[in-house]
Amino acid sequence: MRRSKPTSSSASSRTKPRPPKVASARQLGELQALMAGAIMRPLAPRNRMQKSSAPVAEAIIKPNDRLTSFERLEIYNRQYWFRILDCFYDDYPGLRAVLGDRKFDRLARAYLARYPSESFSLRNLGRRVEGFLRAEPKWTVPHQRLALDMVRIEWANIVAFDEATKPTIHVDDLLGRHPSKVRLALQPYITLLEVRYPVDDLLIAAKQGDDRLRGEASNAVALQHKRARRISFRGLKPQRLYIAVHRMECSVYYKPLIREQFEILRALQRGATIEKACAVLLKRRGSAAKDWPAQVQHWFKEWTSFGWFCHP
Amino acid sequence: MPANRFNGFTDYGIGIGLRVPHYQHILTRKPVVDWFEIISENFMVDGGRPLEVLDQILEQYRVVQHGVSMYFGSADKLNREHLRRLKNLVKRTKTPWLSDHLCWGSVDGRYTHDLLPMPYTFAAAKVTAQKVREVRDFLEIPIAVENVSSYTEFHVSEMTEWEFLTEVVEQADCGILLDVNNIYVSSKNHNFNPYDYVNNVPHDRVAQIHIAGHSKFKKYILDTHDHPVLDPVWELYARAVKLAGITATLLEWDDRIPSFDEVHHEALKANQFIRQFAHKTASA
Repeated sequence: MRRSKPTSSSASSRTKPRPPKVASARQLGELQALMAGAIMRPLAPRNRMQKSSAPVAEAIIKPNDRLTSFERLEIYNRQYWFRILDCFYDDYPGLRAVLGDRKFDRLARAYLARYPSESFSLRNLGRRVEGFLRAEPKWTVPHQRLALDMVRIEWANIVAFDEATKPTIHVDDLLGRHPSKVRLALQPYITLLEVRYPVDDLLIAAKQGDDRLRGEASNAVALQHKRARRISFRGLKPQRLYIAVHRMECSVYYKPLIREQFEILRALQRGATIEKACAVLLKRRGSAAKDWPAQVQHWFKEWTSFGWFCHP
Repeated sequence: MPANRFNGFTDYGIGIGLRVPHYQHILTRKPVVDWFEIISENFMVDGGRPLEVLDQILEQYRVVQHGVSMYFGSADKLNREHLRRLKNLVKRTKTPWLSDHLCWGSVDGRYTHDLLPMPYTFAAAKVTAQKVREVRDFLEIPIAVENVSSYTEFHVSEMTEWEFLTEVVEQADCGILLDVNNIYVSSKNHNFNPYDYVNNVPHDRVAQIHIAGHSKFKKYILDTHDHPVLDPVWELYARAVKLAGITATLLEWDDRIPSFDEVHHEALKANQFIRQFAHKTASA
């Protein structure tokens, strides 16, 4: 997808733009950029269109006997924001539970103003949330770390839901091959997470009872969300946790890992051979790791039974 | 026109939109339905449940693809990644025709995810028709463009919406997905006679008809797809069938979705208008 200059027409909105003509493809593009700038501009308080969009509305939109140009354009401005906010609410119930409704709404509007959709699919709307929160932690104070862990698992959830399954590698495929020669890739739908909070359990709790469904090609979008199920932080202490977010038979699962498992899988994901990936275990456990070959064998057997490995 | 080159010479009957709340009912009860319309973008993914469900549906039912983000009318160039994914899906579903909207919605690679109305000018029609042709040539299947409901009109427009639709489909040599609910909604929002619209589109290009419900507000009507079809829309449907012939018809119900049986029952009401038309044709 191309990166591009902002479509916001803030400059043109200060002075009344000349009524555009559409007698060429270029002029069609200019009119569309002008209108999209107004439609994608953040809403004013009480979800009204910003008054600064009035000159654009008057320049391009005809009034009728019931609505002014401003009011007609405002329908689209509101629809745009209601639709993408609705999608963002659906995709991040955990973050919403962490922050509460008001903070979440402020964050959502700031994020979507900064990163409008650059994909034909709303599925990708939250692709930059993690980076946004890292760059601007002020939106999640005082729960920055928890919020960051939560959006990571929520994005991992989206990935696990519909990323590709490549042909799997079975244990038998590895027999007789030397570990120093074999590289395995993880399925594209798997995300390995190192987190400080049990966000897997927290997300499950946040989602319980959340049975809202998104419309398809309808304009029936309105900001009438149920209140977020707030997560109780009482007694919640940071601890290092490892999780593989994956998919089995079309359902998304959170598989807790121990540190050694996480490191082996991460090394494999980064392209290491099996031998190199497992070397971490020897390094960590040293002579205490007498039973490690049997243990590692058991892990690989389990992972292959899940279908986690594919050819790089 | 029950079967024509714009719908792949098929003779589909009355279908409904495939929606998530009905998946379980459809897959377990296997109700008799002429065909399902899918929103292409929901299945343009690489794996997981969406494709698993789709494959199960395809084992039992005929499926037609309907898109919401091709944006034939955007001045932007076509998104090649979008087209590549769409073509993969077309191969999977074997859809006999593919529809998307006569609208725009993206600028400089940024998506509004809305179906924005076109300025009705000859230059805009030319740009739009060119893109329809490019999509058809790439996908190698017939394309039908759907009229959208709208809430604005442009100062620059040079013709009526139905003249613009005609201009586009004739330049592109493509089909029409005639949405009679959208015609009704726009007619109320823009003060025109909806029958002028239905009477004046090229009927031999109608590949499919959409019906749906809408919501009335104080100063305008919104195309919400969250109600049964209202009587004036059924009357418009009857007129469209009279002029275009018995055509593949689909009920859209996308919000506050009731049970599968309720949606299907609503869609099958179209049969009474089809029977009336068939009876009149036979006795003429």
